[in-house]
Amino acid sequence: MSQISVRLPTVLRPAAGGNTTVDVDGSSVGQVVNSLIAEYPSLESNLVDDEGAIRKFVNVYVNDEDIRYLQKLETPVSEGDEVAILPAVAGG
Amino acid sequence: MVVYNSVLDLIGKTPIVDVSQLSPNPNVRILAKLESANPAGSVKDRVAASMIAAAEEEGSLTPGRTLIEPSSGNTGIALAMICRVRGYHLKIVLPDNVTEERRAALEAFGAEIIRSPAAEGSNGAVRMAQQLADDNPDWVFLYQYGNNANPQAHFDSTGPEILADVPEITHFVAGLGTSGTLMGVGTYLKENKPEVQVYAVEPPSGEQVEGLRSLDDGYVPPVFEKWGGADLLDGKRIVRPLESLEWARRLVNETGIFAGPSAGAALAGAAKVAAQIDSGTIVFVVSDGGWKYLSTGAYTGELGDGADSLSDVIYF
Repeated sequence: MSQISVRLPTVLRPAAGGNTTVDVDGSSVGQVVNSLIAEYPSLESNLVDDEGAIRKFVNVYVNDEDIRYLQKLETPVSEGDEVAILPAVAGG
Repeated sequence: MVVYNSVLDLIGKTPIVDVSQLSPNPNVRILAKLESANPAGSVKDRVAASMIAAAEEEGSLTPGRTLIEPSSGNTGIALAMICRVRGYHLKIVLPDNVTEERRAALEAFGAEIIRSPAAEGSNGAVRMAQQLADDNPDWVFLYQYGNNANPQAHFDSTGPEILADVPEITHFVAGLGTSGTLMGVGTYLKENKPEVQVYAVEPPSGEQVEGLRSLDDGYVPPVFEKWGGADLLDGKRIVRPLESLEWARRLVNETGIFAGPSAGAALAGAAKVAAQIDSGTIVFVVSDGGWKYLSTGAYTGELGDGADSLSDVIYF
């Protein structure tokens, strides 16, 4: 298990004690998300759907790469990796 | 010499320039597709022309009608140029946090600007335009985020141009935005050369949308879903303003190509890919030129200051 720093979007900070970043344990993105939810249970409905997958309007990045195109929740993480959660927004 | 009947005949058939001197890997070529060469200055000329032609063909757009569209700039400017030629009225819902040049260009082409709150970014502009379109059923709402003619324009023109000019292409990199470029070009390339890999770059979104009330206000363009974006893309990466600007400056300083920050982001993505592969040929999209961002001071002075001022505006 590594300690991973997770950066939260503004909209989720109230549900995480007002923190911008939270340090949690995990060796995969799925474990990181579970640790985060264990610490702040009200984040669960924001982050994952009924089947436990990352919700549609939520993008999760490891070192700025979207995990949907890596190994999704199985994407491995280790000490020093940065996990960021960001809302999907429009462009153009 | 050819004499063209209309400025609209100049849309597309854009040039590709080899900028491999910027490649971090001597075995990987990097080629720039200059969409900035379109007459209204961006890749969006193709999309606007395609959407208007489709609406005219199906009969929903008739002479004298009014169009409404949310745009952070380039789609609006492209539509405004075409509306001038074709005789339509145009209203653009424009977020307050765009550069002064984008606003001024829209006004020069005679578009009416409806302001939407900076804090809600492009999502807010989309919501407001949808509401206005609902309230005014006589207005024509092309809705670039959901209009099939957007990716179709790239499937029909940008993609074939790239494959004809660069048959040896191995990777394609472009900014995400509405996803029209990536879906259209990506689908065309994979249908005709399945081994080509398609990568998206996007700016960091979070801090710009303080007005987002919950993650349920998030937004995935319908175009992305209809064209199977999640399966089509091979990767998607955030490129921050500092890195975008750093590469946009390298582009102008080392190759003389004056491009906007989103082109810098695409080039940064291309350079990342180049560093990870043994050999190949990467084509990336220069969505627009640098002209519309001069007022931010992004290209002169300290890089960090330029990146800070870019962080305050929508440049994708």
